[in-house]
Amino acid sequence: MLKVRVIPCLDVKDGRVVKGVQFMELRDAGDPVESAIAYDAAGADELCFLDITASHEDRGTLIDVVTRTAEACFMPLTVGGGVRTLDDIRTLLLAGADKVSIMTAAVHDRSLVSRAAEKFGGQCIVVAIDAKKVSQDHEPDRWEIFTHGGRKPTGLDAIAYAKEVTELGAGELLLTSMDRDGTKVGYDVALTRAIADAVHVPVIASGGVGSLEHMVEGIRDGHASAVLAASIFHFGTYTINEAKQALADAGLPVRMDA
Amino acid sequence: MNIAIIDYGSGNLHSAHKAFERVVRDHDLRMTVTLTSDAEVVRKADRIVLPGVGAFADCRRGLDAVAGMHEVLDEVVLKQGRPFLGICVGMQLLASYGREYETSEGLGWIAGEVVMIEPSDPALKIPHMGWNTLNNTHSHRLLEGIPTGVAGWNAYFVHSYHLKAEHPSDVLATTDYGQPITAIVGRDNIVGTQFHPEKSQKLGLAFIANFLRWQP
Repeated sequence: MLKVRVIPCLDVKDGRVVKGVQFMELRDAGDPVESAIAYDAAGADELCFLDITASHEDRGTLIDVVTRTAEACFMPLTVGGGVRTLDDIRTLLLAGADKVSIMTAAVHDRSLVSRAAEKFGGQCIVVAIDAKKVSQDHEPDRWEIFTHGGRKPTGLDAIAYAKEVTELGAGELLLTSMDRDGTKVGYDVALTRAIADAVHVPVIASGGVGSLEHMVEGIRDGHASAVLAASIFHFGTYTINEAKQALADAGLPVRMDA
Repeated sequence: MNIAIIDYGSGNLHSAHKAFERVVRDHDLRMTVTLTSDAEVVRKADRIVLPGVGAFADCRRGLDAVAGMHEVLDEVVLKQGRPFLGICVGMQLLASYGREYETSEGLGWIAGEVVMIEPSDPALKIPHMGWNTLNNTHSHRLLEGIPTGVAGWNAYFVHSYHLKAEHPSDVLATTDYGQPITAIVGRDNIVGTQFHPEKSQKLGLAFIANFLRWQP
């Protein structure tokens, strides 16, 4: 039986982990490769690097981080942030990324998704969706796509957009609720479920996780195939194993042999 | 001893290369691992690995674009019995035909075709992406020391198509995704995995170690 996945996400800027990983005795908490090795050993099912380097010209450091991670960790790695062209994708895949996530560039040019899926196979093309609720309380739920860390509305309906990019060939969606991101009050389960039920590809729930029960909700109620979290793992609030145990206790299939 | 990993312009070879190097190092094997697009290097290799990421037809074209590679593979793998491992699309290429986007010929070493997974339950997502256990249908040297079955170790899969083998005897292991999905095929000196050993942590490294010591 296919297992649900627990995915720690590291924000990387200029080749360094932002905020750092505090939960283990790392020699250098800001080194993404050391953090990756620690999460590999801790039983993470996949790893996600999100590059938040401001300048596109400084991406060499990210490529180096991906290369060194792939040399040390034999687990799946998704890399995203600032991916704009087929060349960006190719470079990351050749460096050792298994999946590349596209966000803003796909909003501006949907053909990037289809071209990337045809060239590299849809299984390695993840479309990242940042969504915010735009409906009022008395209205039926409606979410829109936002860019620039949730600041810039696009007017695109999140469910329609999710369907469109998966039809264009995206193999997975990384869905972040910008209303919940950083709040620790739980994933937007209604949003997650609305998207997961609308598409045929796996959905990763992200944004707002603060407890183990939230992870269970994301999968059991949100119908996500995977849960992504950052700070609760980095700061040692919970271990990967505790997260998996909570999912297992809720009757969800997890990989405990790592 | 030399292990050749064939580079034919298909996706993530770096990880496969590093995983094989790691196993060689961990087990103190006297082997070198070479990433190569040179058919002559493959001809002289003691073991051959064909990785593959992407679409079947695209990978097939990529393989054909490497001068002499198909001929050398037929000669050293089929005729001389050199140990061979295909990974993901590299495994699917062993089939007679692939039906992804278009119909294209495979190497034809394992009779069968590569078809889209049609989930029995519409709630099952495609691609089949993530960790799943193996059910071995035949015992095989390459699965030695690797616990299989529902409580066994997990392997990492990511694919929308799978190889439907004509002869059940060529299927060494399946994985359960609403139906049995071919996970490992093999006969004689040929073996292929739908999952990625280079991404399957301890199961993957154990499998690679078994392959490197395999005397078919």
